[in-house]
Amino acid sequence: MAVYKKTYRPYDGRLTGPFARLLVIPRYAFEDLHRSKFLNTFFIATLIYPLICALIIYVQHNASALQLLNVQNARGMISINVTFFLSLLGWQSVMALFMAAFVGPGQVSPDLANNGLSLYLARPFSRLEYVLGKMSILVVLMSLMTWIPGLLLFLLQGYLEGWSWMTDNARIASGIFFGSWVWILLLSLLALALSAWVKWKPAAGALMFVLFFVTSAFGATINAVERTHWGNLASISYLVGSIWVQLFEGANKTTNGAVFFRSPIGEEVPLWYCWVGLTVIVLACLYMLAHKIRGAEVVR
Amino acid sequence: MEPVIELDGLEVCFGGRPILKKLKATLTGRSIGLLGPNGAGKSTLLSTLLGFYPPSAGTARVFGRDVRTHAREVRGLIGYMPENDAFIAGMSGVRFVRLMAELAGLPREHAIERAHEAFFYVGLGEVRYRALGTYSLGMKQSAKLAQAIAHGPKLLFLDEPTNGLDPPARSRMIQLIQEIRDRGDLRLILSSHLLRDVEECCDEVLILKDGNIAAFCNLEEERRANRRFLEIETRGENNGDFVAALERQGCETAPGAQGRIKLVLPDGLEVRQIYQIAAAQNVQVRRLNHKRDSLEDIFLKAMEASNGGL
Repeated sequence: MAVYKKTYRPYDGRLTGPFARLLVIPRYAFEDLHRSKFLNTFFIATLIYPLICALIIYVQHNASALQLLNVQNARGMISINVTFFLSLLGWQSVMALFMAAFVGPGQVSPDLANNGLSLYLARPFSRLEYVLGKMSILVVLMSLMTWIPGLLLFLLQGYLEGWSWMTDNARIASGIFFGSWVWILLLSLLALALSAWVKWKPAAGALMFVLFFVTSAFGATINAVERTHWGNLASISYLVGSIWVQLFEGANKTTNGAVFFRSPIGEEVPLWYCWVGLTVIVLACLYMLAHKIRGAEVVR
Repeated sequence: MEPVIELDGLEVCFGGRPILKKLKATLTGRSIGLLGPNGAGKSTLLSTLLGFYPPSAGTARVFGRDVRTHAREVRGLIGYMPENDAFIAGMSGVRFVRLMAELAGLPREHAIERAHEAFFYVGLGEVRYRALGTYSLGMKQSAKLAQAIAHGPKLLFLDEPTNGLDPPARSRMIQLIQEIRDRGDLRLILSSHLLRDVEECCDEVLILKDGNIAAFCNLEEERRANRRFLEIETRGENNGDFVAALERQGCETAPGAQGRIKLVLPDGLEVRQIYQIAAAQNVQVRRLNHKRDSLEDIFLKAMEASNGGL
């Protein structure tokens, strides 16, 4: 066993820079996550769908595999197109929602529950850095689940199909990347803001699902009662789905959005309303964070 | 001596209500006490120096660095032990202190070493792998001290460090603070409403009342000055001759009723000689006290002073 000096001594060694300090938070968080068997298993499970997609792409371009499986017109059965990638993004994004609900509330609430936050902010470490550090955990995890496998699959398909396919479908790649980031940033901010306001972890996690599923149901109810499409603005999944379709296809809409993120043809609301809707949610999250992430609470 | 804290018309308002009112002071002591009743603004002052609250007027400087413009640099110099609970319940004590040391800028390997050292130093070596949520109140206070000193700050803020401690734990905490102070490597600011804590640990005291500076006192100088201030009680017929003899030796005297005499000893005259003079005058010295203004006297005077001005 190590023997430690039982005296106080000053420290005059080297100090790390601001960026290294910023990375301390995700490093500790990943150490914690790594210890959770459930989260490790769940994370691995989220990679099953992209693996199946990779298999489909591979089999489609492998004549001997097709012969072995005795499938003659595999290309006709599953097309590797916008719908294929939107489905992948939709499915992975729901997995990301679950991940954010499991991991997100555990980031800020333990620091706030016993005033640990004041100790973070009493160091050369700003509120913005704290939020960025906490967000980076969710951003990294959700990136590994959404746009990184998405782009890898796009590259695989492009590699097997040829350069011309890649150039013709470059919009899909940008759609995967930017569409994922819209969802990742929204989820990360929501998870942190709810975690900051509802200091009880399970409640904060449950609220994530409530916001996603209940708002969709609420929007559908408004649509049904008022016989309108404007109720869709209350649905986060619709807002995100509409933006995805625009990012993947531009003005020439041919799909109904992604699985869980439907934006049915004929039920559209102007796209800029969707952007405004998401911006309002983001601003609300930032407001909540700005009020809760403080070194000391102001008692007026 | 280099000023530790300079308050330059510092004002802090919450919701338009002034909490700290145009504070002006220069604190240079090795260990500075912030004293005042609850709500006087002690914790607000510490929080403002840490950059948690923006000053609404004036400013403050820590080691010459403005807290408005150099907040990050200032925080890099400070170790902070807050008044209330401050921990992450599910984290082990030593991992928590290590995290805080790394956030303060220590490289990982140094942070690990110093976190263990700090835990042993505050007497929690045996429980350092236990989750902080399971610690007793006294252990939590010690853990807070450990995280405040682990990164080797230049200035230590201790906000009510003996809150909720039983007498042995309080003594231990005070002893630790005195040890840290006596090493001379860092300056410390101790905020407390307990006079005894401040008196035992500090050499300068800033007394706050309703957000104003009610008094500022250099305890070290007070102690030095009061060391020569005596109150004696005598019995005997020749009290007048005794007083005259004392004055001939250079004492300042103030005879009172029933043989009581207050006097200030001149340099070079020892207490032993007072007894010799008394014996020579056939006077009995029944009681001899080193009379001095205790911090309690100073505090009470400050509290009674109108508008906080002294």
